[in-house]
Amino acid sequence: MSEILVLVDHLDGNVRKTTNELLTLARRLGEPSAVFIGPEAQAAEATEGLKKFGAEKIYVVDDAEIKGYLVAPKAEVLAQLVEKASPGSVLIPSSAEGKEIAGRLAIKTDSGVITDAVDITDGGVTTQSVFAGSFTVPAKVSKGTPIITVKPNSAAPEEVAGAGAVEQFAPSISEAAKTAQIVASQPRQSTGRPELTEAAIVVSGGRGTGGNFEPVEGLADALGAAVGASRAAVDSGWKPHTFQVGQTGKTVSPQLYVANGISGAIQHRAGMQTSKTIVAVNKDEEAPIFELVDFGVVGDLHTVLPALTEEVNKRKG
Amino acid sequence: MNIVVCVKHVPDATADRRFESDNTVDRVGVDGLLSELDEYAIEQALQIKEKQEGDDTTVTALCIGPEGAADAVRKALQMGADSGVHVSDEAIAGSDSLATSLVIAEAIKKVGQDHGQVDLVVCGMASTDGAMSVVPAMLAERLGLPQVTFASVVESQGDQVRVKRDGDSATEVIGATLPIVLSVTDQTGEARYPSFKGIMAAKKKPFETLSLSDIGVDAGTVGLDAAYSTVEETTERPPRSAGEIVTDEDGSGAKALAEFLASKKFI
Ligand SMILES: Cc1cc2nc3c(=O)[nH]c(=O)nc-3n(C[C@H](O)[C@H](O)[C@H](O)COP(=O)(O)OP(=O)(O)OC[C@H]3O[C@@H](n4cnc5c(N)ncnc54)[C@H](O)[C@@H]3O)c2cc1C
Ligand SMILES: Nc1ncnc2c1ncn2[C@@H]1O[C@H](COP(=O)(O)O)[C@@H](O)[C@H]1O
Repeated sequence: MSEILVLVDHLDGNVRKTTNELLTLARRLGEPSAVFIGPEAQAAEATEGLKKFGAEKIYVVDDAEIKGYLVAPKAEVLAQLVEKASPGSVLIPSSAEGKEIAGRLAIKTDSGVITDAVDITDGGVTTQSVFAGSFTVPAKVSKGTPIITVKPNSAAPEEVAGAGAVEQFAPSISEAAKTAQIVASQPRQSTGRPELTEAAIVVSGGRGTGGNFEPVEGLADALGAAVGASRAAVDSGWKPHTFQVGQTGKTVSPQLYVANGISGAIQHRAGMQTSKTIVAVNKDEEAPIFELVDFGVVGDLHTVLPALTEEVNKRKG
Repeated sequence: MNIVVCVKHVPDATADRRFESDNTVDRVGVDGLLSELDEYAIEQALQIKEKQEGDDTTVTALCIGPEGAADAVRKALQMGADSGVHVSDEAIAGSDSLATSLVIAEAIKKVGQDHGQVDLVVCGMASTDGAMSVVPAMLAERLGLPQVTFASVVESQGDQVRVKRDGDSATEVIGATLPIVLSVTDQTGEARYPSFKGIMAAKKKPFETLSLSDIGVDAGTVGLDAAYSTVEETTERPPRSAGEIVTDEDGSGAKALAEFLASKKFI
């Protein structure tokens, strides 16, 4: 069986859940080899978790030469690993950076690339959801080493012990890859809530909040959910852009999406239409969001949400 | 300074978008327009031009696409771009991102040969149809230029460019020296509307239509048959079955919703 390279998504050694999902999908295609780019000490911390989700091999790539540069060096690392290991496929998380790494890697290795897969079969057929989620498209890479970026929440992570043999890999990074430099970096403030793209439940607010997100946040906390926002709410300065759900924000695919004071424009739908269950609270019974919902309440979010929150807390006991 | 802004012509997102029988995007039967996200790229290109001293900076709008796609270039000219290039060739139909980026890269080289070195390539953050967000990175790879992408704020001074990029885990400031490939998000600020004067002036601006042979690309390397991946089929997602909708009267809405969430085991 061939190796399947999985680029590990981590923050200072804390491996994101998406990586476990990718390892799970990789097992359908071959033997997962995790590629950890970062300091050795952090890699050591991550090893146990990667093994637990089936990594047979773990390539550790010390990032001293990579850190501080945008995208290009990581694509070089993967290209060199493709050369060395002749993997069956390369799986990369579908973040902005992940997709860009995939694009460059495709050119370097003369290979096909598929972005934003939400599933992969054992035969390598991917599923994509396109045109704001209105079409489902199965596709397959037909040339080179399939390079596939996978969206968060595309598979339930399964624990299967892998050998997790650690192998140091020393890439050679070209000067050309170091031309776009990260001159400053401000880590995201933790909200104390789940990560938007990974959360099982997302509670969002739009223009209808009128800038008061308290009812939205109150419900989110009662449900253990992440908080999202429409572009109208972000453009109004009520929430930072990192909260935005939609075409130019995050794509979420949680078990439950609760849209509050959001009309349901096509660009918003693009980011949430594949949620398993959709619920909306909106004053206007004609709002297009109601076309999507499993359950909708026509009403004022400022009264419905606090009452709902109270009800949720009561039932939780 | 020589700026090229890459603009795509896409099916209108608010229309009923669909596919052809060969699973390529229907680009003829559905109304098309300049991808809204590329308007931000045009706006930033124009702002950078306006900040340059002297008046020898030109902005060229470049589009790869079928005949009707010339409209995207025209709109860019109306907004204020100085000249337009449209690469149109039967053989391009059905191209994937690898082929598209190849054609764009070769067209940019051609602009460079004809009008002097290209200092800055500006792209949108994603096309509103394919939405892959890979073409700018691929262009950087093909042209061997620094990649400065997903900029939410752009600052330039002389040949130095600094941008803000909202990453997943951090907000970063990226710096690079021209020439570069830049892509910008819809956070960079509203794009201008074409003025009446702009619309009239656009008619007289240089507009070149090029074929693959004009830019030295072998037709066999692009198009559906040369694609690196195959789409097996395209299926319309079944409409979500109509949900239950209640009207909130005296707090009944919250109770009913709680009941629903409990029945689905969310509480
Ligand atoms: C290129 C492009 C990209 C875009 N990307 C995105 C994106 O990523 N994400 C995104 O969200 N949008 C995006 N948009 C914008 C999108 O088109 C809509 O403008 C936006 O989603 C509207 O946000 P909204 O639903 O909060 O506001 P509105 O459309 O103004 O809707 C507000 C809703 O709140 C309801 N309401 C008002 N008061 C109350 C109340 N007290 N209680 C309950 N309901 C109330 C109203 O009935 C209304 O339905 C994009 C647009 C473009 C052109
Ligand atoms: N056919 C095209 N013609 C011109 N520019 C394009 C084309 N396709 C993509 N681009 C540019 O690349 C960006 C990202 O596109 P994509 O990678 O398809 O999401 C767009 O916003 C455009 O600036």
